[in-house]
Amino acid sequence: MLQYITRRALLAVLVIIGVTLLTFISIHLSGDPAVLYVSERAGPEELAEARRRLGLDKSLPEQYINFLGGLMRGDLGLSLANRTPALQLVLERLPATLELTIGALILSNLIAIPIGLISAVRRGTRVDGTIMLLAMFGQSMPGFWLGIMAILFFSVTLRIFPVSGHVPVLAPLLAGDWATAIQNLPAGVHHAILPVVTISVFAIARNARLVRSALLEVLGQEYVTTARAKGLTERNVIVGHALRNAMIPIVTIIALEFGFLLSGVIVTESVFAWPGVGRLVFNAIGQRDIPVVQAAVVFFAFVFVALNLVVDVLYAYLDPRVRL
Amino acid sequence: MVDQSTKAASIHPTRDYVVVLAPKEQPTYVRAARSLLKRRYPLIALIILLGVIFLALFGPSIAPKDPNRQDLFARLLAPMTPDRNGVVNFPFGTDSLGRDVLSRLIYGARVSLLVGITAVAIGGTVGTFLGVISGYFGGAIDDLIMRLADVQLAFPFILLAIMVLVVLGQGVINLVIILGVGQWVVYARVARGQVISQREKEYVEAMKAIGARDWRIMTKEIFPNILAPIIVIASFNVAGVILSEASLSFLGLGVPPSIPTWGSMLADSRDQLLSGKWWLAVLPGLAIMFTTLSLNVLGDWMRDFLDPRLRGTEGA
Repeated sequence: MLQYITRRALLAVLVIIGVTLLTFISIHLSGDPAVLYVSERAGPEELAEARRRLGLDKSLPEQYINFLGGLMRGDLGLSLANRTPALQLVLERLPATLELTIGALILSNLIAIPIGLISAVRRGTRVDGTIMLLAMFGQSMPGFWLGIMAILFFSVTLRIFPVSGHVPVLAPLLAGDWATAIQNLPAGVHHAILPVVTISVFAIARNARLVRSALLEVLGQEYVTTARAKGLTERNVIVGHALRNAMIPIVTIIALEFGFLLSGVIVTESVFAWPGVGRLVFNAIGQRDIPVVQAAVVFFAFVFVALNLVVDVLYAYLDPRVRL
Repeated sequence: MVDQSTKAASIHPTRDYVVVLAPKEQPTYVRAARSLLKRRYPLIALIILLGVIFLALFGPSIAPKDPNRQDLFARLLAPMTPDRNGVVNFPFGTDSLGRDVLSRLIYGARVSLLVGITAVAIGGTVGTFLGVISGYFGGAIDDLIMRLADVQLAFPFILLAIMVLVVLGQGVINLVIILGVGQWVVYARVARGQVISQREKEYVEAMKAIGARDWRIMTKEIFPNILAPIIVIASFNVAGVILSEASLSFLGLGVPPSIPTWGSMLADSRDQLLSGKWWLAVLPGLAIMFTTLSLNVLGDWMRDFLDPRLRGTEGA
């Protein structure tokens, strides 16, 4: 067990090095990174000054070490737009993004697991065919397009949901202000419904298919036949025997989903003008505010790698075979 | 005693041995065509896809107008709006600059398919190559390549694509390369697995025994045997890349604005959303959806057809 976790942790470190190295390289791909850190009208003196200030006059390995050092201290540079630390900007926007991500995580699994289950149990029937066709549709749409369609239909035409905007719930909650959080909850949910549904659709489609295939695989196993032969009810066989074993891959997928949802919100947030990290990145791209984009990318990568590690440990705990 | 096999066997009239006739194997394309005709969805998907390919190839001669020509007197016309003489000039309407939506959609097919296919070709070639080497030689090379794959899989690739494209700026070539680089892992993993299962087979051993070089065994003997799953992945993958391209274009990181693409048309449509100019958002989205859906349905069918063992066991 310990050996397995050590191996996974080493891989996580490797990934972090890989990600930071790639970010570092991509900054240097443009030739002179100093150009990215000053305004477009900057003269040669200003460029030289920026180069010195950013340590770009040092050798590349030295620069990378400095970059890593800054990372350890949580220093990912200043935003070009307003001179605030880039990481701070990302963290400020994080609660809004988490609201969407957590909402989507809950909604998508509440729907995906039951319909995947139904599809597997009714394999080959019309119900199964319809669910799988719908899932295929869900996987074939750009998520943000679905968001646009939702706005057109529910906000512009029917006027049931707001077009955009955000009422903070998680941020006051984290600040310990329960009263505001509870007061904001109804409006917050109302604003969050369309973006959460938009982000969830792809996840629902994918997870329903994964649940179905995980369950089908288990249903073909001998112990399921044995359970049936013992005369157990079909319900008992599915829930008590098959689903329990199918849960292992499903749990892994759900946990990993969190990271994918995080990256999926970038586009959706800009559709709904949701003031999260995604919109921050979107605006930063428009202004070519490289440090902010970089801070968000590195931050997401860290979260993703950390989640991966947690899942690996969880996986080993759930399934003893993995530890071998 | 008469059993089933005697039907296919006959005693040769002059010689005293039995000739067993194997059931006649039809060529693959005949079986493929039969299977397609029997099942509705893959056939419809194929027809849609052929249509999109046709538009991509012959777009310039089909498109009624220049996709970048602005007509400021015909801005934001709804589909099928007739002009003063009762003639419909813009069947799919116009955008905020008075450009013909239909022509832009037709030209957009070109970029979407081009980006999708080229990126997959890059990723597929590199990935398959590395995967075959990895599986064939094993050892340190295998370790290195697979750890590299683990690293890339361990975080969402779109983030890196955003990073690189922000620094390098827009451009079809940048986009295709970065999307291509993003795809290699899945091919490498599948190719490696397939090669490992082929490596110990008799035909490989036989080739080794007659002194064939590793390179020849890999390319001429093993490769044709692992091609089927690679093709299946590629068809799903083109769909995925088209979706990624749309997302990146939406973020303003895709193709330069002078080239019409479905993704950038969607991005432009956002400003007109609240005034109810639905056609600007609906039409390009439908184009993307039907293209990717067709690729996914066709990929599903190909997987069933090429490798029936996988049928029903895998949902993705």
